[in-house]
Amino acid sequence: MAKVTVDGIEVEVPNGASVLQACEAAGKEIPRFCYHERLSVAGNCRMCLVEVEKAPKPVASCAFPVNEGMKVFTDSEVVRRARRGVMEFLLINHPLDCPICDQGGECDLQDQAMGYGLDQSRYLEEKRAVKDKYMGPLVKTVMTRCIQCTRCVRFATEVAGVPELGATNRGENMEIGTYVEKALTTELSGNLIDICPVGALTSRPYAFVSRPWELRKTDSIDVLDATGTNIRIDARGGEVLRFLPRTNEAVNEEWMADRGRFAFDGLKRRRLDRPWIRRDGKLVPASWREAFETIAGKLGGLSGAEIGAVVGPLADAESTIALRDLMAAFGSTNLECRTDGAEIDPTRRDFYTFNTGIAGIDQADALLIIGSNPRTEAPVLNARIRKRAVAGGFPVGLIGPQGVDLTYAVQWLGAAGDTLRALATGTHPFAATLKAAKRPMLILGRGALVRPDGAAVLAAAWRIAVDCNMLQPDWHGFNVLHQFGGQVAPLDLGFTGGLSAGLKALWLLGAEPKQLPLDAFVIFQGHHGEAAAQRADVILPGAAYTEKDALWTNTEGRIQEGRLAVYPPGEAREDWKIIRAASEMMGKRLPYDSLEAVRARLVEANPIFGSAGFAAHGCSDLSGPMGDPAAVEDAPFVLPIANYWLADPISRASETMAECATVYGGQRALAAE
Amino acid sequence: MALTDQDRIFTNLYGQYDWRLSAAQRRGHWDGTKGFIEKGRDWIIEEVKNSGLRGRGGAGFPTGLKWSFMPKQPGDRPHYLVVNADESEPGTCKDRDILRHDPHTLVEGCLIAGVAMGAHAGYIYVRGEYYNEHLVLQAAIDEAYAAGFLGRNACGSGWDFDLYVHRGAGAYICGEETALIESLEGKKGMPRLKPPFPAAVGLYGCPSTVNNVETIAVVPTILRRGAAWFAGFGRPKNSGTKIFCIQGHVNKPCNVEEEMSIPLRELIERHAGGVRGGWDNLLAVIPGGSSTPMLPKAICDDVLMDFDALREHRTGLGTAGVIVMDKSTDLIKAIARLSAFYKHESCGQCTPCREGMGWVKRMMDRMVEGRAEIAEIDVLEQVTRQIEGHTICALADGGVWPVQGLIRHFRPMMEDRIAAYKAARGGSAALPLAAE
Repeated sequence: MAKVTVDGIEVEVPNGASVLQACEAAGKEIPRFCYHERLSVAGNCRMCLVEVEKAPKPVASCAFPVNEGMKVFTDSEVVRRARRGVMEFLLINHPLDCPICDQGGECDLQDQAMGYGLDQSRYLEEKRAVKDKYMGPLVKTVMTRCIQCTRCVRFATEVAGVPELGATNRGENMEIGTYVEKALTTELSGNLIDICPVGALTSRPYAFVSRPWELRKTDSIDVLDATGTNIRIDARGGEVLRFLPRTNEAVNEEWMADRGRFAFDGLKRRRLDRPWIRRDGKLVPASWREAFETIAGKLGGLSGAEIGAVVGPLADAESTIALRDLMAAFGSTNLECRTDGAEIDPTRRDFYTFNTGIAGIDQADALLIIGSNPRTEAPVLNARIRKRAVAGGFPVGLIGPQGVDLTYAVQWLGAAGDTLRALATGTHPFAATLKAAKRPMLILGRGALVRPDGAAVLAAAWRIAVDCNMLQPDWHGFNVLHQFGGQVAPLDLGFTGGLSAGLKALWLLGAEPKQLPLDAFVIFQGHHGEAAAQRADVILPGAAYTEKDALWTNTEGRIQEGRLAVYPPGEAREDWKIIRAASEMMGKRLPYDSLEAVRARLVEANPIFGSAGFAAHGCSDLSGPMGDPAAVEDAPFVLPIANYWLADPISRASETMAECATVYGGQRALAAE
Repeated sequence: MALTDQDRIFTNLYGQYDWRLSAAQRRGHWDGTKGFIEKGRDWIIEEVKNSGLRGRGGAGFPTGLKWSFMPKQPGDRPHYLVVNADESEPGTCKDRDILRHDPHTLVEGCLIAGVAMGAHAGYIYVRGEYYNEHLVLQAAIDEAYAAGFLGRNACGSGWDFDLYVHRGAGAYICGEETALIESLEGKKGMPRLKPPFPAAVGLYGCPSTVNNVETIAVVPTILRRGAAWFAGFGRPKNSGTKIFCIQGHVNKPCNVEEEMSIPLRELIERHAGGVRGGWDNLLAVIPGGSSTPMLPKAICDDVLMDFDALREHRTGLGTAGVIVMDKSTDLIKAIARLSAFYKHESCGQCTPCREGMGWVKRMMDRMVEGRAEIAEIDVLEQVTRQIEGHTICALADGGVWPVQGLIRHFRPMMEDRIAAYKAARGGSAALPLAAE
């Protein structure tokens, strides 16, 4: 630790810390543009200059390491003059088009110009103009506004792992771009918008939509992948206008995947916004009462064994428990959530969650990926792996399609089950690499379990975890990576009984089973209807994840609360309320009338819902899941997400995602092959 | 008292003799090199320290001290010597003559400097435009290899040393030591943040020292003739001999190796045939390459050419590129041209330099015409102060010093120009704004 005096305040900071960190520790605000906590230090904007005793000139506090006994002044005349000077230089070639700039109101340059700038211009020459660049369908560029801080360059290179951005030319002709114009091939491009301190990189879908002070901000959770990214939903009136990530060090740091960020316009299109019932073979609009009466009439005469319920990948915990209780009232045990056919063993929670924890990746020192492409299944989690990988000493092995670019160095071990068997029996050389590691981990893609020998794949992966010392009393290196934010909660709530043959009625909570019994009465409850909704006999319009207060469980098993940002459209309602209302119509009234009561019931059903968050845990019970590790077949592993941009019903309804799919189509197809 | 030929280090500065190895050896180079290496690292550094040699690239940092910053014991990372032959400072062409006429002084110096800093490899970064010079240098290196002076067991001393030539692509900024390292690594030539300094983290992340060509090339002779000999020239702390490049309005522009601390007037009159039209026709002199502030004639009359004397007059010895300007010179236009140069050569990394150099250049362009307000001279001065000292490297400082020198010494000339412009337009011409 080093003792540093900042404006007379003595603080202790670790050796090697920067002067800027010392100033922050002393509670001093240091203006900055190029400096970003999660990126390398560039030190080029020169806004953070401070005076250090005995230094001949002001130093860039973001880059200058502290010394014992250093005296720093952040508010001296030298510093004020330096800041004013830098601010003036930044503004002379800046267009000052704040009234038509989408960054207006949340612009670092605007804020700091107010705080540290002059109130008038002395610049009489012509301003520089820079041609705008094309960076893809998500990022809009107005490059004249660029202040060359190179945050975007560093983000693309360091975090996203796609070194496609750079600066061309020099001096005042320096321009940021891709040189050969093209869309950035990253699933994290939206973060460029967040880190850009000015209005050079803004959101293309959000262009000219709103001002930040008009927005109602709601904290929530992204469910379009299983990372559980913490988000802020910005809405005006009844309309969601944009998503931003919130900082959560344990989950998404401050990043967010593009699909989660930009697919929300799908929430406004192709919605189920009123009940429908099938009459004479055709779906016709109906009232809630008619819909409920139709359901009650049909289900009333059936026994529990003839009724089933299936929960889809975007369902929340509250509606899941309500549906389970309704089924229990009928005496039905036909509960299922694994619509993709994944052979998940629900008997122990650590058989189907990401036990290491996303933050735990930072501590791992070897990784085996089985049948998964984390870059498309969970881009933010993949960035976390990349961060660990570039830190060094982190061999990564991959069993899956060859040639997948995960943005970090990967040893491709093989495409198919034979490689997995070889690892499980310890004959593959990578097994030695894993055994040599202190904290090895594996990631088993949920997609790898979607095959006839899925149980054997799961057992083989567990066998590797046991043999390669991944399961320690204080370290759990066995991880299953799910694809959507609603896939873990139903496993916690026992939707794993399977469906018996000869069902007469089936309640689908946003689920799209691969096949439906031909003569069954199908109730579809959800917000976007695809094949199953067309087949349905009754459609109940539900709420999307932005439209309800709900608990979501991410792939770690971390339980997080999403909040209602806007009300569901039309006659759509929150899902647990629909089930609760239906139960009353059928004379099987569920005993809860409030969200609190549903949540209390959740805790009763599974105490895990009483503990928010994620607790790091080890593993002392090495007994594995059902299945025979030796029974893994030779078939190659197939990645579950063929097209990242169209992976869920909301994205498939989104125009933005459709454009992305067009732009990135060729590249994605290559990457996924 | 002028430097005698016997005391000149660069005995073939004008290329009247052969530059090749056999001729260079006849002139005394490569003599006893093995012995210097065998006396060891500490002895070499001590001799260089005692000689008072200061870096010849512009900043004048004591060379022996700089070498002593290299780690004493090589760790797991190799040490590198990097020689800065990216001579791009307007008004400076001394390294060029060393490269093409006396390359063996440099090659021998590299070997000795390599020993002194524990380096087994050296890189010479040659300015891209010096195409023919790099051919000569490469041929000299090849000769040295063939003679066993370089490579494994160089000079039979047991020290392995390899020397490589790398050509730049013609960027002034790559003469800044960390930008040079970046460029050598294959990256865009942009200066690095310091600390860490190259002696700790330099080329390829390894301990490195970057020295100017002339600094390295004088070392073998210093060792041969002794530190006291070299220290005997010039004033204390400014010792040695130095190649001066005298150009501009002199009768015989030339490069000449002279004793440090020689009076400027004597330097010009003895070696360059005096100022065109006589000393009284002198207007101003830029004493140390384009980035040093100019001196008016009054100061030039008796100023000494060394680091400290010029610093007293708020300028510097720099690279000792002496640009002489007589009374026919439009000083404002001359400095405006330099501003255009520095604007063009700014790497664009730091805000003050990237944005400020263009501003200074455009204001200077208007000052040339007089199309400005008198108060704008103060704005110009303030802008240069806002740039100076606020950037990663010293390019910005060097880019604004000429303007500061102009304002400091010739402000009335600028005011007259503005007044003349107004008078020609009826006395009260409003300033036409560019934005109109």
